[in-house]
Amino acid sequence: MNDATQTPDAHGHAQAHGHLSRRGYLIGFLLSVVLTAVPFWLVMTGVLQDAQTTAILIVAFAVVQIIVHTVCFLHVNTQSEGGWTLMAYAFTAVVVLIVIAGSLWIMYHLNTNMMPMTAEMGAGS
Amino acid sequence: MAANAATDARVTDVSFYDVDDTHHHEAGGSTMLGFWIYLMSDALIFATLFATYGVLSTSYAGGPSPREIFELPLVAVNTGLLLVSSITYGFAMIAMQEGNLRGTQLWLALTGLLGIGFVGIELFEFTELIHEGATPQTSAFLSAFFTLVATHGLHVTFGILWLGVMLVQLSQRGLHPENQRRLMCLSMFWHFLDVVWIGVFTFVYLLGVLR
Repeated sequence: MNDATQTPDAHGHAQAHGHLSRRGYLIGFLLSVVLTAVPFWLVMTGVLQDAQTTAILIVAFAVVQIIVHTVCFLHVNTQSEGGWTLMAYAFTAVVVLIVIAGSLWIMYHLNTNMMPMTAEMGAGS
Repeated sequence: MAANAATDARVTDVSFYDVDDTHHHEAGGSTMLGFWIYLMSDALIFATLFATYGVLSTSYAGGPSPREIFELPLVAVNTGLLLVSSITYGFAMIAMQEGNLRGTQLWLALTGLLGIGFVGIELFEFTELIHEGATPQTSAFLSAFFTLVATHGLHVTFGILWLGVMLVQLSQRGLHPENQRRLMCLSMFWHFLDVVWIGVFTFVYLLGVLR
């Protein structure tokens, strides 16, 4: 009995990321097709006159699609590797957000608070 | 009976050392987590490149703006190729799980071809841009653009090389546990690059054309 449980365990560890299923991949694929097609359609046809709304929408679609890929393709969940992949992922997501949002925030304020300067002023002196 | 007793004794001995962890310690058990942490560090590299692009994306220096040079239909085709390659890789992993060597090889080869298509279209796009005079030296925006997109493309290129090596390994040695482990790592690598591409087509191309 012990042997019976030992063998599949030692062998089955290759599937540490949960049992892969065709269904899971297909659901992820169909979702990501929709989540890719809609933003491209929004931008290429310009149906929504307002660029600001379109921008917010396509960023939202990107965030959702990243989550879909993470769950369906990368199999990050609370079980895989005892939850450590999820921990590393969450930590990285926080650092990525700080790096990107922080840089944009700082450089935006740096630019708007600079004294007005023309190209000639920079090149001339 | 005697043999049985001996086995029993051995099993109890083993369980004395192996208290509660029966399936976490065989060879390569922590490889997946280690590789995952490498990928997360790679995500930080891409984060700095995205941040740089974000800061410089309006510094045209008299050069062309995104709207003038980006061709969305081409980007859409490229995105499609990478998306489809994600599911073909997924099917390769399922074939591997079922112990189907031929299926694994076929799906992997298809994934590789889609990857080559992706890199090919990207190189075509780059040469077109350079012909139009939109070189990395033209403006800060274009420097940041080429750095970010080419870094992703370089990753995909190395993914394709790795895939080729795995195809050779599979044809020589089949689906032994080591090859399975390597394919699982490459799977993470491939899907991770797909996730980065979502950021690229959204923030670089779509938002660039909107601006």
